[in-house]
Amino acid sequence: MSDNSVAFVATSDKPQLPAPQGTTGAVGWVRQNLFSSSLNTVLTLLSIFVVFSVVPGIVDWAFVKSVWNANSLDECRQISDGACWAVVRERYNQFLFGFYPTELYWRPILAFVLLFVALVPALWDNMPGRGKALIFSMAYPFVAFYLIWGGFGGLEYVSSSQLGGLLLTMIIGVAGISFSLPIGIILALSRSSNLPIVKSLAVIFIEFIRGVPLITLLFVAHVLLNYFLPKGVNFDIVLRVVIMVTLFASAYMAEVIRGGLAALPKGQYEAADALGLGYWQSMRLIILPQALKISIPGIVNTFIGLFKDTTLVLIIGLMDPLGLVAPTLGDQRWNGIVVELYAFIAFMFFIFCFAMSRYSMYLERKLHTGHR
Amino acid sequence: MKKMILPVALGAAFAAASFSVASAGTLEDVKERGKLRCAVSTGLAGFSYTDENGKWQGFDVDYCRAVAAAVLGDADAVEFSPATGKTRFTMLASGEVDILSRNTTWTFSRDVDLKFTFLGVSYYDGQGFMVKKSLGVNSAKELDGATVCIQTGTTTELNLSDYFTAEGMSYEPLAIETNTEGRQNYLADACDVYTTDASGLAASRATFENAADHIILPEIISKEPLGPLVRHGDDQWADIGRWVLNAMKISEEKGITAANVDDMAANSKDPEVKRLLGVSGEMGASIGLDNDFALQAIKAVGNYGEVFERHLGTETKVNLARGLNASWTEGGLQYAPPFR
Repeated sequence: MSDNSVAFVATSDKPQLPAPQGTTGAVGWVRQNLFSSSLNTVLTLLSIFVVFSVVPGIVDWAFVKSVWNANSLDECRQISDGACWAVVRERYNQFLFGFYPTELYWRPILAFVLLFVALVPALWDNMPGRGKALIFSMAYPFVAFYLIWGGFGGLEYVSSSQLGGLLLTMIIGVAGISFSLPIGIILALSRSSNLPIVKSLAVIFIEFIRGVPLITLLFVAHVLLNYFLPKGVNFDIVLRVVIMVTLFASAYMAEVIRGGLAALPKGQYEAADALGLGYWQSMRLIILPQALKISIPGIVNTFIGLFKDTTLVLIIGLMDPLGLVAPTLGDQRWNGIVVELYAFIAFMFFIFCFAMSRYSMYLERKLHTGHR
Repeated sequence: MKKMILPVALGAAFAAASFSVASAGTLEDVKERGKLRCAVSTGLAGFSYTDENGKWQGFDVDYCRAVAAAVLGDADAVEFSPATGKTRFTMLASGEVDILSRNTTWTFSRDVDLKFTFLGVSYYDGQGFMVKKSLGVNSAKELDGATVCIQTGTTTELNLSDYFTAEGMSYEPLAIETNTEGRQNYLADACDVYTTDASGLAASRATFENAADHIILPEIISKEPLGPLVRHGDDQWADIGRWVLNAMKISEEKGITAANVDDMAANSKDPEVKRLLGVSGEMGASIGLDNDFALQAIKAVGNYGEVFERHLGTETKVNLARGLNASWTEGGLQYAPPFR
């Protein structure tokens, strides 16, 4: 009975139809992402126009027509009207090492390689034997100092006036970055502390440094300190600059970390107290790990800013990569070349800043534990 | 009484220490260090620049080498400190460098207020104007109403304003920060006229693709005597610097060059040449140097004319004629007092 009363019963699923044409695959992606509305269509067309009118010219100038082998700008121009990379080819040593003696280049190179050896345990927390490796990381600044300046124990002394180029940027940048984080943490903790003297000292320091431009501090390092110190006392200029840059960055770092501390719910502090932890224990085990995690984008932002700010030392006559442009232009063979040098320097800075920014993204993903 | 001993002893020790620092002359310091510390420009065509090996070269730089050769007998015993326009005077005043050779204009206030001693004029410069030929201007007096590219915060800015006021003309200033920026603005027709020191104009023009399309107007509107300088208070050191510069100029007058200096010392009959090169007399010893200090300096860098031609002269791209900087025997202003 029942068999006949039902006209039709599907015994299996119908075969799935393909999605409507134009909503999948390349065409669908383009439609959805580039031409989804009239405004987007206009923007897309505009972008395509800009890319097509700019990129071929740049590629043509920088690669196709570029000149790598020439002894002067005139020779370059005779060969082609593209980029004259010959100047970079001739001078890259100077842009990397400044006036460091050629036969001693192995020392900064070794210091640079050791930098990564020292960074690995600091950046990779699952590393086997991390405890011992961290001791080396802590000792690294002194090892690098010895390698670069030398002066005893068999290494020839190299004076600060011979430092320059990317080497100088790295010295100031790495020293500033590695010292400003711990100082910044201490300042941030002091500023949010309940002890009135500690707190007011931190506030005065931070507000004073933040109220003064870095250039001013560099001038103080270069000019004023010389007047305060007795004549004949030669306090190394690179050291003075490193100290000033570090102080500057730590004040900013302190505020970034204080932001992280403030973002923690009060319950975290109370929970730490309820567990019976002392101040340092609760900071180390509960508060700081969370506060620092929240602050990562701000911290890396400060690092990148600091690294780029090192170029300001050219104002006080230190020969960082930007500072080396002027003496290169002073050479009559290269006088008049501008874009190529700046492009090369921009490229060098981009590599380092981009690496830092990628690492911070990796760190954020890794530490993302679902609180936000 | 006992309590007084420590502070007094400390005070005395400190006074003694500061006294000994103050009394040590620059010459002794340089000799002890074995290196001359010299401040040069951070980069200016012809005057100071780096070569492909990272060595400093240039007109100002060679003067430092000459002093190093005269004092230490080694032209390479120089530690160059690049100085910007802002840092140069404090570097010298604070004792960070021994001598400043950085195309610095000799003015009253720098000499008196800043307490420096200028050692002479190594280069007579002056502010000039560069225009495009197509503008059809042949004299600065025809520049009424022109747009002028001018570096801010320099004496050139003040000179320009003085000149146009005195001539009863008006102009439109276009403020720029660096020489490079000025050059780009001028080439892009953002301004009709580019003004800076004539040597700088010539150096810039040399880099243009069509240098012949630009002319430097004949008017020079300011005096810019450039020279090396040292701190007040060490006359012996100032004398050394002054007489190394003079020795380079005298050598040119006498035809002494880097190539023939040994030969001249051995064979010349001219009494002044003999005194200069230390063959007769005790001239070097009386300023605390070896008697052949000038010989060492000339051997290292050559005479004034050679240094000029090597870095600034018509054979180079900077392409400056000797002009005012010719020796007085050839109608210029370079005139050294007699060496006796």
